Amino acid sequence: MSAIYFLIACSIIVAVIFLAAFFWANKSGQYEDTYTPSVRILFDQDNLESNDDTEETTASKNSENKPHPVVNAKDQISD
Amino acid sequence: MEKEKLLEKKDIVCFHCGEEALNTNYTVDQHLFCCVGCQSVYLLLNQYKLSNYYKYNTHPGKTNSANDTNLDYLEEPKIEQQLIDFKNDEITIITFYVPNMHCSSCIWLLENLYKINNSIVSSRTDFMKKQVSITYKHGGITLKALVELLISIGYEPTISLQDVVKEKKKNHDSRLIRQIALAGFCFGNSMMISFPEYFGMASFERQYSSLFGYINLGLAIPSLLYCGRDYFTSAWHSLRQKRLNLDVPLALGIFILFLRSAIDIIGGHGIGFSDTLCGLIFFLLIGKWVQQRTYYHLSFERDYRSYFPIAITKIENGKHQSVPLADIQVGNRLLIRNNEVIPADSILLQGEASIDFSFVTGESQPVSKTLGEIVYAGGKQMGQAIEVEVVKSVSQSYLTRLWNDEQYQNEQNQFESFSNMVSRYFTPVLLTIAIAATSYWMYAGDATKAWSAFTAVLIIACPCALALSSPFTLSAALSIFDKNKFYLKNTLTVEKLATISQIIFDKTGTITSPKAVDIVFEGHLTDLEKIMVANTCQNSSHPLSREIHKSLASYDSDMVQPLHYEEVIGSGIKATYGIHQIAIGSRSLIAKETGSAMPQQTGSVFVSIDGVYKGCFLLNQQWRKELNDVIGSLKSKYDLHMLSGDGDQLKNVLSLIFPNAQQLHFQQSPQDKLRYIQVQQSKGQRVCMLGDGLNDAAALKQANVGIAISDDINNFSPGCDAILDGSSFGKLPRFLSFSKDTIKVIHSSFVISMCYNVVGLSFAVQGTMSPLFAAILMPLSTVTIISFTSLATHFFAKRNKL
Repeated sequence: MSAIYFLIACSIIVAVIFLAAFFWANKSGQYEDTYTPSVRILFDQDNLESNDDTEETTASKNSENKPHPVVNAKDQISD
Repeated sequence: MEKEKLLEKKDIVCFHCGEEALNTNYTVDQHLFCCVGCQSVYLLLNQYKLSNYYKYNTHPGKTNSANDTNLDYLEEPKIEQQLIDFKNDEITIITFYVPNMHCSSCIWLLENLYKINNSIVSSRTDFMKKQVSITYKHGGITLKALVELLISIGYEPTISLQDVVKEKKKNHDSRLIRQIALAGFCFGNSMMISFPEYFGMASFERQYSSLFGYINLGLAIPSLLYCGRDYFTSAWHSLRQKRLNLDVPLALGIFILFLRSAIDIIGGHGIGFSDTLCGLIFFLLIGKWVQQRTYYHLSFERDYRSYFPIAITKIENGKHQSVPLADIQVGNRLLIRNNEVIPADSILLQGEASIDFSFVTGESQPVSKTLGEIVYAGGKQMGQAIEVEVVKSVSQSYLTRLWNDEQYQNEQNQFESFSNMVSRYFTPVLLTIAIAATSYWMYAGDATKAWSAFTAVLIIACPCALALSSPFTLSAALSIFDKNKFYLKNTLTVEKLATISQIIFDKTGTITSPKAVDIVFEGHLTDLEKIMVANTCQNSSHPLSREIHKSLASYDSDMVQPLHYEEVIGSGIKATYGIHQIAIGSRSLIAKETGSAMPQQTGSVFVSIDGVYKGCFLLNQQWRKELNDVIGSLKSKYDLHMLSGDGDQLKNVLSLIFPNAQQLHFQQSPQDKLRYIQVQQSKGQRVCMLGDGLNDAAALKQANVGIAISDDINNFSPGCDAILDGSSFGKLPRFLSFSKDTIKVIHSSFVISMCYNVVGLSFAVQGTMSPLFAAILMPLSTVTIISFTSLATHFFAKRNKL
């Protein structure tokens, strides 16, 4: 039945790894701003300078037809 | 037809800020703008291909008020040093507080600043804190240019030394989080390890029993030493001050839990109470965390430093130079521009001073000063630039001295919270029971039982549920206040609010609304004349002209345009319509125009047409709409007073609203207000002061509860215990009654936790408490308290319609 020693050691080591991961995440500031990244991820990548114009026109058409997802984010803020 | 009109109205708003843009002709790319400011932001963004700004939200901008603030001080290395976060040979990092940040477009634009100027390396926003952190190459762009860039796109940062300095306190919070994480880890694992013992083990499994015990002990040690350390230090401090706070029985309980567990495990008597110990610390820390929440975007600790400018223009040998506020000395000559604040008491040397002392005295009319007169610090110059000579250093000036008044800072009234009051009795009673049980068993000759009874009493009566009832109730109350735009500094303020007996109001800005101004014209104007007045005022950007224009909006017409228009800085406006000459402005301007003595009339804006005096506009500030209801429902429960910096012209009106005319006081200086509160407190009253300006700051601090009323909570508000949004003024009586209900909830949860204690104690004194019993009772009582307090608090909030 020595397997149980091994299993307990494993379970505690795994738990310690998770605890260490949390400590690291907390130290690196991942919990300092929990809101802005959720908005940031919705922004379009428009770094492609070459076909900038064509992209812009299609984007504007889209935005006229249906509301951009970020508009909802704005509503949340005003709440 | 009507549909068309509706459509039109919808289209006639500024593309940038969404404000009405009726009579404007600023149009670019088929987009309409309300002013040059908005248009220029649009052009700038378009130029750098940043028009996505307008795609994420409609009308994301804010009207760009043309504020030509003097930014020269940002070029001073000394000041720059204080503002920046980091600087090396190449780059500088600085964090700005940007109050205008309000939507996703703002985040997007502020993070794409590098497209406008390639010396900006990167920028990162923190939306909740309204901060943007910018990394830039100081070789390519100066700090001043960077701030100018932010202003040009409509995001003017608030630069004040105090706001930047306050950054530091973050560290403590993250330490608590780490403690909670470790305590949670120990709690979970220790519970898992304890289960076999609780469920019973077969005899062949007994060999593991000591292993489980030692693992448990191993988990209890970090809980005790790292997570529970603060309880021991706090208990030690309170014992040294010969006071018993709630941490004393908690620390005692934690220590006994550990001691008993260690003895049990090492001696092989049993599994010990490690899981209860870890759980106790875990729940206690969560309670502490809940209590500590703060508002990132609000500052309650502001003093004059955040109101005063960081730097001021000094004139030395005819040269202008920006110097930090702290470096100003007696005898220095200072240049005060339009809208700048005078930082120290000084003598007026040059220029026409028209000074707005509303922040200092509460008096809303600008005061004009003659050369050689003393100008007190805190006034704001309106009009052309003036030169002054400093006669008192900043820290010795009238206003700042009031702030640094030792007398009222040391007298900070000691308020005892409910849990502290309870704990004074709790510990002696607890120790008496423990000693009684021990001596009973000793007398009976059973030393083992005596030891187990003694420890069990201290363990089971450990006031965990009690320690949690206050933080959970109060923080639930805090979030309810928060939802109703009443921001309290900390949870203690809720308790203080429940005990007040007297409410003192300030007048201007507190019971009057700074936004709604009632304009009355005294005299007579024909319709044609009204049209001329309305048109003239439309051309001016002065706030008073805007108000007058608003009141005469129905007479506004595009048909009439002035032939000649002239603004006389600091005194008024003149315009010519056909053969008519119209002048609107101060008493002296109109006196010059009419060439005759003016009738004795008190007013703010005078009007003459063709050299004939026509009358004047009276600006009456309007009472807050809800004032009558608020006073009506408060007067039966509280003693109401009013202190105003203004004259007593409105005494008659106010004595109709307030129950006791004797308690209305006018022409009160900030010092008078402070003394008044001290006198009331010495009579045994617990005072709540409501004020808004710097002139109330000392009184707000002295009062048991100081509430600052602000119509824009991101604007300046003086140091206080709570900030009330002006729109929630009507809810004040309900806030007060809710705070009393909150205390009721704390009392009832105290009774509940006492019931648990009595049940636990009845087992404990018999020396028959098992680890399993403790392991069930402790979390059970905690969960009961947490759910009861939050449910009850929300129930009372509903009942108070909050």
